[in-house]
Amino acid sequence: MSATADPPRKSVVGLLPVALAAGLFTWFCTFLPAVAAGEVVRLAWDWVPSMGIALSFVFDGLSLTFALLISGIGVGVFLFSYTYLASYAHFGRFMWFLSAFMLAMLGLVLADNLIALFVFWELTTITSYLLIGFGHETKNGRRSALQALFVTGAGALALLAGFILMGLEAGTFEISEILAQDALRGSSLYIPILILVLAGAFTKSAQFPFHFWLPNAMAAPTPVSAFLHSATMVKGGVYLLARLYPGLSGTEAWIWSLTIAGGFTAVFASVLAVKQTDLKQTLAYTTLMALGTLTLILGQSGGYAMTAFVTFLITHSLYKASLFLMIGCVDYGTGTRDADVLGGLGRLMPVTAAAAGLAALSMAGLPPFVGFIAKELAYAGALEVPSSTLLVAGASLAANALMFAVAGIVAFKPFWRAAAGMETPRTPREAPWTMLLGPLVLAALGLVFGLAPGLLQGTLIDSTVAGLMAAAADPKELKLWAGVNVPLLLSLATFAIGFVLYAGHQPFRRALNAMAPALPNFDSMWDKFLDSLKGFAAWQTRIIQPGVLRLYVFATFTTVLLAISGTMIAKGAVPALPDLSDVTWKNWALVALLIVGAVLTCVTRSRITAMAALGVVGIGVAIIFITFSAPDVAITQLLVETLVIVLVAVALLRLPTLRLDGEEGWRPLDAALAAALGLTVTLVLLAVLETPIDLRLTAYFEATSWPEAFGRNIVNVILVDFRALDTFGEIAVVVIAALSAYALLRTTSERKDT
Amino acid sequence: MKSIILRAGTRYLAGLLLLFSVYMLLRGHNEPGGGFIGGLIGSTGFVLYAIACGTKDARSALRLSPQNIAMAGLGIALLAGLMAALFGDALFTGQWLFIGDRESGDYIPLSSVLVFDIGVYLVVFGSIIALVFAMEEEI
Repeated sequence: MSATADPPRKSVVGLLPVALAAGLFTWFCTFLPAVAAGEVVRLAWDWVPSMGIALSFVFDGLSLTFALLISGIGVGVFLFSYTYLASYAHFGRFMWFLSAFMLAMLGLVLADNLIALFVFWELTTITSYLLIGFGHETKNGRRSALQALFVTGAGALALLAGFILMGLEAGTFEISEILAQDALRGSSLYIPILILVLAGAFTKSAQFPFHFWLPNAMAAPTPVSAFLHSATMVKGGVYLLARLYPGLSGTEAWIWSLTIAGGFTAVFASVLAVKQTDLKQTLAYTTLMALGTLTLILGQSGGYAMTAFVTFLITHSLYKASLFLMIGCVDYGTGTRDADVLGGLGRLMPVTAAAAGLAALSMAGLPPFVGFIAKELAYAGALEVPSSTLLVAGASLAANALMFAVAGIVAFKPFWRAAAGMETPRTPREAPWTMLLGPLVLAALGLVFGLAPGLLQGTLIDSTVAGLMAAAADPKELKLWAGVNVPLLLSLATFAIGFVLYAGHQPFRRALNAMAPALPNFDSMWDKFLDSLKGFAAWQTRIIQPGVLRLYVFATFTTVLLAISGTMIAKGAVPALPDLSDVTWKNWALVALLIVGAVLTCVTRSRITAMAALGVVGIGVAIIFITFSAPDVAITQLLVETLVIVLVAVALLRLPTLRLDGEEGWRPLDAALAAALGLTVTLVLLAVLETPIDLRLTAYFEATSWPEAFGRNIVNVILVDFRALDTFGEIAVVVIAALSAYALLRTTSERKDT
Repeated sequence: MKSIILRAGTRYLAGLLLLFSVYMLLRGHNEPGGGFIGGLIGSTGFVLYAIACGTKDARSALRLSPQNIAMAGLGIALLAGLMAALFGDALFTGQWLFIGDRESGDYIPLSSVLVFDIGVYLVVFGSIIALVFAMEEEI
C-alpha cells in the first residue's frame, strides 16, 4: 500500500502514497458524471449480517465532495511530506500513519452504515492520535495527542450510543434507509439521539466548549495539520451533521444548538486567531472559525444556506490546506513561523508568496475568488434563517471581517511588508517544487472555481444540495455578480471592518493579551480536570488497594457474599433441602475426602501440607466430574490442578517464612466469612438445580454436532466450532494474562540482576 | 532440583507427555481431548523438564521463546477463523475437506477447525510455560 518501515531517503517508495491518493482521486472522479446526473451509487458487502451491519458505501454529492477533497488534498500533502519530512527519522512510519488515516477518513465519509461509519470514525481518531503525537519525544507532543484522543474519543462513545439508539428506533443501521423513513424527528428518543450525535460531532469538529484540543494538535508536523485540521478529520463532525441533516434538522433544538455553538465558535475563534503570533496557531484558530461557520450554516435551512454550506466547505478546504502547506514552505525556507519576525519574503520566495496570495484572497472573500461567492451565499442564507437573522448575520459578519484581517496577517505581511529587523534562523530560500505544487494548485483552484463556478455547480453542489434537502431541493446559483443587494452590502462592510482590523491588529492583539488572564482558559481547565481525575484515582487506590493481599481477598469475598446473599434474600429464593436418598456410599466418601482436604488446607501450619491438601480437593472435584461422565472437564480440571500446584509450589516454597504479629492461629472473622460464603454458594447451587433447565441448546448441539460440524466430542465442537469466536476471545485473554504476568516478573528480576 | 532420578526419568517422561499431548489434540474432535487439554499436557512436560533440569536447559530444549509460541498460536487461530472469509462464510465458520471416501469411513478429514485447535494448543502451551519459566527464574 505505501512505504515500507524504513525506506532509503528520497527513494521512489516514498512516492507510493502519492500514487495511492492520486489513484483514489481518479477513481472517485469516475463517479462524477453519475452523481452529477443525480444518481446515488451504492457499494455494499455483508459484514455482520445477523446484526444488520454491512460495509456499505454510498456515493452521492455530499460523500463524493468529501472523498474528492480528501484524496485530492491527500495528493498534495503526500507530495509535500515526501520532501518536507525526508530527513525525519521515521519517515516511513509517518507515511504509513498518514495513508492509514486517509483511508479511514474516506471510509468515514463514504460509509452508509452507522456502525461502519463509527468504526471508521474511531479509526480516524486513533490514526490522528498517532499523527498528532508523532513528535512523541516532546512532552507537549504527547500531551496534545492524548488530549485530542480523550476529547474526540469521549465524543465518539456518545456518538456510538446515539447511533445505537437511532438504529434501534429505525430498525436498521443503514443511513440511507433511516433517512428515507424520516421518522426520527417524531420519535420519543429524538432529543437523546440529538444530544449524543451532537456530542460526537462537536468534539470531533472542535466546537466550543470542546475547541481547545485543535490548536494544541498543531504540535503535529505541518503536513498533518494541513491534512487533518483543514480538510479532513475535523470536518468529520460537520460531515456527520450534514449526512444526518435530512433526518434530524429543522427542529428548534437542532436550529438553536447548532446556531449558538457554531456562531459562538466562529466569532470566538476568529478573535483568538488575531491574537496568535505563530502562523500555524493563527491558522488553527481560523480552522475553528470555519468549522463554527459550517455548523452555523447547517443550523439553518433553505436553498441559500445549503448551497453556501457546500461552497464554503470546498472553498475552505482548498485555501486552508494551501495556507498550511504554504506555512510549511515558509518554515522550511526560513526556519521560523513567527509572524512578528517574518517579513519581505515576497522577493525571496516568489512561488510561495503567489500561492499564499491566491489562497488568502479566497479566504478574505474577495472577488473573483470562490471565497467571495461562498460568503455572498452565506449572507444570503443568513437573511432567510428561521432562528434570528441578526444573530446569524452578525456572527457571520464579525467572523468574516476577522478572517479578512487574518488573511492579511498570514499571507500578506510575511511576504510584502518589511522584515521586523530580526534575523530568521535560516537564510530564506524557495522551497522545492514537490512542496510548492500542492499549495499552488489548491490555491489556484480557488480562483478557477471563482471565475467558472459552473464547474462546481453542475457536478458537486447541485447534487449535494439535493441530497441535503431531499424533495425540497432548491440549489442556488453560484455567481460573482448578483446585483446590488444586501449580501453585497454586507460584503463591503466586511471588507471595511476587516481592513480596519488588519491595520490595527497589533494594538488589538495587545488588548487581547491584556484581557487574556481574565478569561477562562479551557486548556488549563483540562489539565485541572485530568489532575483531579488522577487525584481521585490515587485516593481510591489507597483505600481499595492498601497493598495487603489478605485484605484484597477479604474484600473480594465479602463483596461476593453480600451480592449473592442479598440477591437471594431479595428474590426470596430459598431452596428446599435436596433428596439425598440416591447418594451412594462412594459419593459420600468423595465428599468426605473433599471436606478433609479443605479443612486441612486451612488449619495446617506447613506449606507443603497445605498444597498437598489443596491438591486433594482439586483431584476430588475431578473425580466428581468423572463420576458424572464429563471426561473433558475432568481431564482439564486434573491438568489445571497439577499445574496450579506446581506454580504454587514454585512460589510458596521459596518465599521466606512470614511472622504475622498477633494474627497467628485462630482467626474467627476469616472463618466466619469462609463458612458464610461456602454456605451461600451451596444454597445458590441448590436453587439453580431447582429451576428447570432449558435444554434447547443442548439438544441443538447434540443434533448438529456430527452432521454439521463433523465431531462427536460435543464439548470440543462447541469450543472450536459453534463458539469459536468466544474461544478466540478467551485464548487472547490467556495470552495477554501470560504476557502481563511475564512482564511483571521479568522487570523485578532484571532489577535484581543489575 | 538436584535429583538424578527425577532428571533421568524426566528425559523420557517429558517426551512421552509431548507425544501424548499431540495425540490428545488430534483426537479431540471425536473423543475427550482437544487443543486446551493438549496444551495443558504438553506444558506439563516442559514444566517437569524445567523443574528437573533447570529453566536454562528447558529454554534451549524449547528453542523458541514461549511468549512467541503463544502469540503464534493466537495468530494461527485467527487465520483459521479468517479462512472462512475465503469461502464466503461468516467469521470462524469451520471449513472441511474430506480426502477419500466418506461413505466407507476410509478418509482423512482436514479442517480449519483443527487449525484453530492447534492455535489454542499453542496459546495454552506457550502461556503456561512462559509463566512457569518466569516464576522459576524470578523466585
